[in-house]
Amino acid sequence: MEASRCFLLVAIFFFLSIGGSCAAQDVQIVNAERRIDLASHIVKVYLTLKIENIGTSSVTEVLLAFPPTQVNHLALVKAQAAVGKRKKKTYVPLDVKSKDLPDGPNGTKYFSIYLLDPLNPGEALTLEILYMLTHSLEPFPLEISQSESQLVYFRDSAFILSPYHIKEQTTFIKTPSKRVESFSVVEPTNRAGLELKYGPYNDQSPFSYSPILVHLENNNAFAVVEDLVREVEISHWGSIQITEQYKLVHAGARHKGGFSRVEYQGKPGYNGVSSFKNLLARLPPKVHSVYYRDDIGNISSSRLRVGSQKSELEFEPRYPLFGGWKATFVIGYGIPMEDFLFESPDGRRYLNFSFGCPLSETVVDKLTVKIVLPEGSQEPSVVVPFEVKQSLERKYSYLDVVGRTVVVLEKTNVVPEHNSPFQVYYQFKPIFMLAEPVMLISVFFLLFVTSITYLHLDLSLRK
Amino acid sequence: MMTSGSPAAGGSLRHAFGGVLSFFILVLIGVLAFSIRLFSVIKYESVIHEFDPYFNYRVTQFLTKKGIYDFWNWFDDRTWYPLGRVIGGTVYPGLTLTAGTMWWLANSLNIPLSVETVCVFTAPIFSAFASWAAYLLTKEVKGPGAGLTAAALLAMVPSYISRSVAGSYDNEAVAIFALVNTFYLYVKTLNTGSLFYATLNAISYFYMVCSWGGYTFIINLIPMHVLLCIVTGRYSSRLYIAYAPLVVLGTLLAALVPVVGFNAVMTSEHFASFLVFIILHVVALVHYIKGILSPRMFKVAVTLVLSVGIVLCFAAVAILIAVVAASPTKGWSGRSLSLLDPTYASKYIPIIASVSEHQPPTWPSYFMDINVLAFLVPAGIIACFLPLSDASSFAVLYIVTSVYFSGVMVRLMLVLAPAACIMSGIALSEAFGALTGSIKFQLLASSDPQDNAGDATPVSVLPENGKAKIDKAEETTKERGPSKKNKKKEKDVVEKASVSHRPENRRAEKKLRALPIESSVMGILLLVLLGAFYVIHCVWAAAEAYSAPSIVLTSRTHDGLHVFDDFREAYAWLSHNTEVDDKVASCYRRQQYLEQHTYCNCWYAMSSPEKAAWEIFNSLDVKYVFVIFGGLVGYPSDDINKFLWMVRIGGGVFPHIKEPDYLRDGNYRIDSMATPTMLNSLMYKLSYYRFVETDGKGFDRVRRTEIGKKNFKLTHFEEVFTTHHWMVRIYKLKTPRNRIRGKAKKSKSKATTSSGSTISPKTKKNPWQ
Repeated sequence: MEASRCFLLVAIFFFLSIGGSCAAQDVQIVNAERRIDLASHIVKVYLTLKIENIGTSSVTEVLLAFPPTQVNHLALVKAQAAVGKRKKKTYVPLDVKSKDLPDGPNGTKYFSIYLLDPLNPGEALTLEILYMLTHSLEPFPLEISQSESQLVYFRDSAFILSPYHIKEQTTFIKTPSKRVESFSVVEPTNRAGLELKYGPYNDQSPFSYSPILVHLENNNAFAVVEDLVREVEISHWGSIQITEQYKLVHAGARHKGGFSRVEYQGKPGYNGVSSFKNLLARLPPKVHSVYYRDDIGNISSSRLRVGSQKSELEFEPRYPLFGGWKATFVIGYGIPMEDFLFESPDGRRYLNFSFGCPLSETVVDKLTVKIVLPEGSQEPSVVVPFEVKQSLERKYSYLDVVGRTVVVLEKTNVVPEHNSPFQVYYQFKPIFMLAEPVMLISVFFLLFVTSITYLHLDLSLRK
Repeated sequence: MMTSGSPAAGGSLRHAFGGVLSFFILVLIGVLAFSIRLFSVIKYESVIHEFDPYFNYRVTQFLTKKGIYDFWNWFDDRTWYPLGRVIGGTVYPGLTLTAGTMWWLANSLNIPLSVETVCVFTAPIFSAFASWAAYLLTKEVKGPGAGLTAAALLAMVPSYISRSVAGSYDNEAVAIFALVNTFYLYVKTLNTGSLFYATLNAISYFYMVCSWGGYTFIINLIPMHVLLCIVTGRYSSRLYIAYAPLVVLGTLLAALVPVVGFNAVMTSEHFASFLVFIILHVVALVHYIKGILSPRMFKVAVTLVLSVGIVLCFAAVAILIAVVAASPTKGWSGRSLSLLDPTYASKYIPIIASVSEHQPPTWPSYFMDINVLAFLVPAGIIACFLPLSDASSFAVLYIVTSVYFSGVMVRLMLVLAPAACIMSGIALSEAFGALTGSIKFQLLASSDPQDNAGDATPVSVLPENGKAKIDKAEETTKERGPSKKNKKKEKDVVEKASVSHRPENRRAEKKLRALPIESSVMGILLLVLLGAFYVIHCVWAAAEAYSAPSIVLTSRTHDGLHVFDDFREAYAWLSHNTEVDDKVASCYRRQQYLEQHTYCNCWYAMSSPEKAAWEIFNSLDVKYVFVIFGGLVGYPSDDINKFLWMVRIGGGVFPHIKEPDYLRDGNYRIDSMATPTMLNSLMYKLSYYRFVETDGKGFDRVRRTEIGKKNFKLTHFEEVFTTHHWMVRIYKLKTPRNRIRGKAKKSKSKATTSSGSTISPKTKKNPWQ
């Protein structure tokens, strides 16, 4: 076993070192610390890199490398640079963009961090990087019964994958409970309490890779929204209506065998630990007329707390969700217009609203945000802080004649950190607000005129 | 109200004012009818509240999605599982098409209502229409005052509310409107003799045929009335125009509805109309000939025609009898037979008898459903005889027949309700007319004794009748001899005639008949009190009794409202966590099966022991079994309580299931005294599986006893889901083992023979193959 692993390692080293030779070697990483948080089903990785320019020319971007298996599950990469000394240390957010480089070994994908100021030769800089992986905890065994707890595999590398030379690095893995079935050992490896420590490792060449496998217990809610459609309907008569359609699934180990209500209700601590039934949605402040229902009507198990800072909707699906079970529901609410709809200096209106899913600790596989602009609005444009797919639609609602413009934004793999505000700008003339009342008034007027005319006409042939 | 009813003495302005007033009253009545049915939506939510209407809702959804042509051709393999159902050919499409059209109309105006919303509010909208139709019908019978009263009564009659609250999306919702409307158009045609109304009447009848199986009531009641008119010598050309086009056009149109089809000319329910059609023509011919012949020639002709006619009649009757006798049920469907012979269903068709709404009603249910109308109806009948017209004789016939039918089947209380409202409307309106009239007379008489003769003319006859009615209404002595009343009536008529002949005596007569002012005021007060009591009762019934949905149950405890939403929990679980093609066997929604379906193996399976049941289910490709169980929370209408019906129905198809096997000394019990057959039946096992672990004793709160067999295991089923309050339990059939060890051969042959002998050939499929 050990021999084969060594062989594998050597092979990878060999392969990687050939492929990595062409990467820019102006930069080296003096010190790297990686903290992997496995507490929920969203894997959060905090990476602190101290980089140094050892080349001759200044550097404007720093590359991050990810193995192809992780790239598909990568929801978010954020980077910030530490500026200032000790006490006055502040963090400046940096741009991160995915970058295609042809020379990635084994399909390694790159993200590049654009530095604000070029890093001159000899200078050093500390970068704080956060990235999140979804669907990266693989349940094993694949199916568990009601009384078992859920075990998952986490796969990564003991060494940080990087196109740069890393002088010293350490990796910490935080597990949700003390129960860890097994973990790969790449000396030095320690386990203390909830933490696994890999390293420190010194002087790893670029693209060093040493696969590790951690088999741990994770009974957190593996709540995944497969499909979420948020529809924001703006009415200039004073309110904004939001309708959110959820398709929720428990993405953990599949439930095996029967479901016994006796055991579930009798021993809540021991039974169905991997299932979940409570969900929390953080809604905007001053939210009103909230409803929570599904195809067959209202779901009575929900509680709402409205505050001036935030509102919280605690709710339960109709039944507890076990692995593989699904539930669909709709949450709808209204929010006051003046808090979210503004007029920009150039006369255009804009909506300022948060993008992501209001559920806490939930992954959304596919998120569609539809902004239904009022009838008669023109030239919509969107400002979103990250990449989304945009398109336009047309929708006919109450007594519309020309229809309303709908801005559709689509994004896959959304985590709660995507809940950042975005803006939709559009042109709107207030006269359009009167279109429908005028239409109704004229229809009724015509109706009465016709009936008066009819009553005064004598159409009979005989007098 | 009566101002608009009395002849327009104050000229056209007053008349116009009355018209506008009654228009606004009608609008308000419509609003009342709509809004009194919204309790369920306001107290609970805007969903379809009952189980059965979900089928109609599903059909409507299909219609709106796929269009009308696909709807006619729709074969639904989801309902009535082993057989499937040709929806287009077996449903009354009226309700579905109505809601579909309303939905389409709203959506084409860009009003994005969901199909569900439209379905939920269809019934309240049509109950407003129904009260307007009742106004029109009563107006034709007894004038607008009675019409308005009847409409107001119908808007809130509890019997109708029970079937038309928002969220109950049933055929009856539109059918009552169609029924009353058809009657109105018939009476209108009868009064005017206009062919235009006759055609409308046929179309309205067509709508009724589309909506509800109860259309046979119309097609039997109208011929009865026509016959009555002929027999009592009231034949006129108006009667001919009212009836002949209805039969011809109506039958043709009815045959267009797939579910009726050739039944419109082939079943006995419709024969009465054809027979009367022939009689009407004979009478018409006789009248015609009488007109063109001299009296002597006519006598000759009569003898000639009679002799030929009798022969022809015999021939026709013989053919008719032969045709009827050739058909299996003697041409009458089971439900119609159970109407004629109330004991028929309980004797022969347990599936019809098993539904509670097909039982005869109890006396309290009359009071609950029509309340004070029950006391006003006799007064209304008497008012209809003063004087008897074509229209009022129709109203009398309507109330008499509907009283009989409501006595047979509690469901038909619904047909009685409009009739009772019309009659009570007439009674109240006449009584008010009499009382206010006599007050007016007294006041005028005291102030100006000379000048009021013309003004008070219509009052002359009324006070006496009014008094009689008030006596009736207040003392509620219905048993008082009708002959006495009739005599009184005859006297009135005679007196009226005499009064009109001798104008100089009028004043004296009037003075004699006018009531003292004190008693008039008292009478009005009492009547208003009666009306107020009725209103309070109706609002209570609408708010408390009939608006509680059956898909959500609530109970009030000291710490607030407790919601039992188990059914939807289970349905949601089923819809999200089972495959689309999985079959679920359940016995709960049996009313869906009811319509003609007696062949359902699941009942049989439920009453069998576990293994046999598993084989049956497996042969039917059923994957899940769905049981309603109320033992934990005390929900009485669960499957165990309905189990005996399943046994009876199963026994009807498979004679070896015997009801006594499940009864101990004639008692149905599930405790330790229960019979082994009962304790081993699948229903018992699925209901009480692991139930004992909840409280250690297995105490059933519905039956108020400890269960008989407490610890047992299921070998062929596994529990896959149980809702929060245990009201729904879902089991999955375990898959057959791949390999059969040891006794395989033996058990195999046994299994084959047992299933072969017990299950009908259609399902004889060896589960092991």
